Order: sequence, then C-alpha cells, then structure tokens
Amino acid sequence: MIKISLSVNGTERSGDVEPRTLLVDFLRTQLGLTGTHVGCDTSQCGACTIHLNGKPVKSCTMLAVQADGQNVKTIEGVAVGDEMHPMQAAFKECHGLQCGFCTPGMVMSALGIIERHKGDHLNEAMVRHELEGNLCRCTGYQGIVNAILMGAKNMGVKVI
Amino acid sequence: MHSFAYHRPKTIAEATSKRAADPDASYLAGGMTLIPTLKQRLANPTQVLDLSAITELKGVSVANGIVSVGAMTCHADVALSADVRKALPALADLAGAIGDPQVRNRGTIGGSLANSDPSADYPAAVVGLGATIHTNTRQISGDDFFKGLFETALEPGELIVKVTLPIAKRAAYMKFANPASGYAVVGVMVADTAQGVRVAVTGAGACAFRQADMEAALAKSFTVAAIKEIVISADDLNADMHATAEYRAHLVGVMARRAVAAMA
Ligand SMILES: Cc1cc2nc3c(=O)[nH]c(=O)nc-3n(C[C@H](O)[C@H](O)[C@H](O)COP(=O)(O)OP(=O)(O)OC[C@H]3O[C@@H](n4cnc5c(N)ncnc54)[C@H](O)[C@@H]3O)c2cc1C
Ligand code: FES
Ligand code: FES
Repeated sequence: MIKISLSVNGTERSGDVEPRTLLVDFLRTQLGLTGTHVGCDTSQCGACTIHLNGKPVKSCTMLAVQADGQNVKTIEGVAVGDEMHPMQAAFKECHGLQCGFCTPGMVMSALGIIERHKGDHLNEAMVRHELEGNLCRCTGYQGIVNAILMGAKNMGVKVI
Repeated sequence: MHSFAYHRPKTIAEATSKRAADPDASYLAGGMTLIPTLKQRLANPTQVLDLSAITELKGVSVANGIVSVGAMTCHADVALSADVRKALPALADLAGAIGDPQVRNRGTIGGSLANSDPSADYPAAVVGLGATIHTNTRQISGDDFFKGLFETALEPGELIVKVTLPIAKRAAYMKFANPASGYAVVGVMVADTAQGVRVAVTGAGACAFRQADMEAALAKSFTVAAIKEIVISADDLNADMHATAEYRAHLVGVMARRAVAAMA
C-alpha cells in the first residue's frame, strides 16, 4: 500500500492505495464520490472525466498514485452549495441529458472547453470536435451541444 | 489488473538504472496505452516507473531552425504551443488531432513513439519531417526508428529523452481518422524540407514509411497534378475491420493530394 494525499474539490484528502488502484476507483470507493462514472473499459467514453490540475482527463486511465500531490476536481465540486453551476443549469434547461450516465463527464469536458476558449469564441462545430472524448448513448448529442453553447454564453464566452 | 510496484524516479539516471536492474519493469508516461493494456492484463510488469517527475523530459523549445519536444510533453502542450504553431503548424495540427482533449492532456510524444502503434500520428511527423530521436544513450534518425508493428530501434530499457524536428519550408498532415478513436486509418505528412521533399505515411503499413514515388514527383513539381497518377500498391498494407488494404492504398493517394493542396 502507498499513502497518497491530494486536493479533491478544494479539500485535502488522503488514503492508502495499491499501486494498481485506478484514480476513479479511489474517488468512488474510498472517497465516496460516486458522481464520477465508469462507462467503458477502453478509455473511450469519457464518463469518468475529472479535472487534474484544471485539465480534463479520464480518471479510469490514471493510477490513483499518479494523482498524489495533485489537484483533482470532480463533478461534486462544480456546484456552489445548493446552487447549480451555469453549465449544469444549461444542461437542465436544454435537456442535455436523458439517463444521465454520461452527464458528469460531459459537464467536466464542457468546462474544459470553456477554459480553453474563454476570452475567445465558440461555435457548434468547435463544441462537437472537442466533445470527441465523451460518448452519450441516449441524447443524440444535440441537447448536449445546445447546453454547452448556452452554458458558454452564460459564462461570458462569445458564441457565434 | 495484476499487481505491481510503483516508483516515481526524479532523474533519467535513476529511471534507467531501476529499469536496467529489472527487465520486467515498465516506464509509464501518459498511460494512455499502458494503463488500458494493464487493465486488460495484456501486460504484467513487476514495477511501473512513472516518468512524470523527471522535469528535464518535459517542454517544447524552438531555436536555430529546430523544434525540440521533450519525451514527456503531452499532445495538448504541443498542439497549443504558440511557438510550435508559428514554426511548424503541421506539427501543432497533427498533435491537436490525436484522440480527444482528455487523451491529449495525458498522452506524450515519447510514449507514442516508443509504442509505435501502426495507426499513431506522431510517427508520420518523425519520418516526414526528418526528425531525430534522442535517447539516454544515443541519437536515432527518424528514418531508422520504426522497425515494424509495435517495434522500434529502442534497446530494452532505452529511454526517449526528446525529439528534435527540423523546421520545414512548408508541411501539411492530413489524416482519415477512425471516427471512434481518432487513430489514423491512413495519415500522410508531406514536407518540403532543406533535404528535399519527404512524404511519410502512417496507418497504412506495419509502421510509418516514406513513399519514394511521390517524393520524386513532388521534387520535380510540387503540385497535386504531379502525384495524381501515382498508384499505391496494396501489397503488405494493413487490413482490418476498419479498412481493407486496397482502401488504405487508395487513401494514401487521397491524403497525400489533400496535404499538397493544403499548401498551395
Ligand atoms: C481513446 C484514445 C484515443 C487515442 N487516439 C489516438 C490518435 O488518434 N492518434 C494517436 O497517435 N494516438 C492516439 N492514442 C494514443 C495516445 O496518443 C498516446 O500517445 C499513446 O497512448 C502513448 O503515449 P503515452 O504517453 O500515453 O504512453 P504510455 O501509455 O505511458 O506508454 C506507452 C509505452 O511506451 C513506453 N514509454 C513511454 N515513455 C517512454 C520513453 N520516454 N522512453 C521509452 N519508452 C517509453 C512505455 O513503457 C509503454 O510501453 C489514443 C489513446 C486513447 C486512449
Ligand atoms: S470509463 Fe473512462 S473513458 Fe470510459
Ligand atoms: S444521457 Fe444517457 S448516456 Fe448520455
């Protein structure tokens, strides 16, 4: 077992992990943060997307030990208290989800898109291209793309 | 996953000596290939040597007509580097089209080259731009680096430190991407360099290779018309559920012509 300490959603957390423990399993089973989902075994679906030091990564394709000393943000760290984040509100408004399984990963990826394009602009084609790492089996994506564009607008990114 | 020990060496010397002492140890870079392989129990290393703490393996610099990329530089850092964008836009484009944003935030050039996946993108840049692979022991020309399917010139335990890519007069990379993974069904880098025209193909064969007929034709006339009649043989090309060898041969021509057209 290796002891790791990391910041998760702004709080210092630590735990003992085997080297082979995946970050997503540490988050879900040891920290009880079950908002981060596992949708595949091939690193393709993006349901497990979290932010590592501010950047979206797939937590199913990282060892928990690799996150030692790093900054992690999960979907649980996105809302402020009971108030939804503008991106979460946009997903609700635009029917950006049906079963909701892909949604945490979609929101984390959406926030990555905003981060990369703040001070810049966004359009539908850019959103679709940058959503390549997230799969949804329900919505057909239109609601998700609409939600991200609305969320972007409400967060001050120019949408064209 | 089988169990293994984990170490995070701080220097190149520490990493290579740990690896030399244990032939069943495995370097870990971005983990975008190694971790899925471990999950499927297709690899069973005794220990994993995480290269992420070795700062000298990271970063991009541009000087004296050369773009230098540290082995542990992730694809996003190459794609979004203003210096790379200015010096070698084809390289920034190539890195920005690998996989998806999450993969680009972890996957590295060193891991991609060491792995030598037949459909990886970076091999086309290394061969097409005439790059040099610098390891802990020597320099290997890009032309001599890829030896076959998942096979490179690297000796066991040899560590890629950085890759240097000469800035081309002009270059463009076009790929026909697998719509699910982003990997190249076929990708072609065409570069007009100080050492002549280079055409490198990835995705089509066991590993990246140069297409001599196109290079000769483009050296005479750098136009789409010059390579229009060149027929690529399907012999020895890859065939799988995504594309037949004949289709890949056809795509080599299409991607090469698109690359030349993009530079017109
Ligand atoms: C969903 C998905 C989509 C992808 N799409 C694409 C794509 O479109 N195009 C593409 O080209 N790639 C694609 N990839 C692969 C990705 O780009 C990674 O670059 C690649 O997986 C390997 O890099 P890594 O840093 O993750 O290496 P790792 O997985 O950490 O390592 C791979 C191998 O290289 C060895 N190694 C690592 N670093 C070094 C070094 N410095 N010296 C010597 N040996 C070393 C390791 O021991 C291991 O054997 C995709 C991956 C995923 C998961
Ligand atoms: S669970 Fe991580 S990509 Fe599917
Ligand atoms: S809403 Fe069901 S998978 Fe996306």
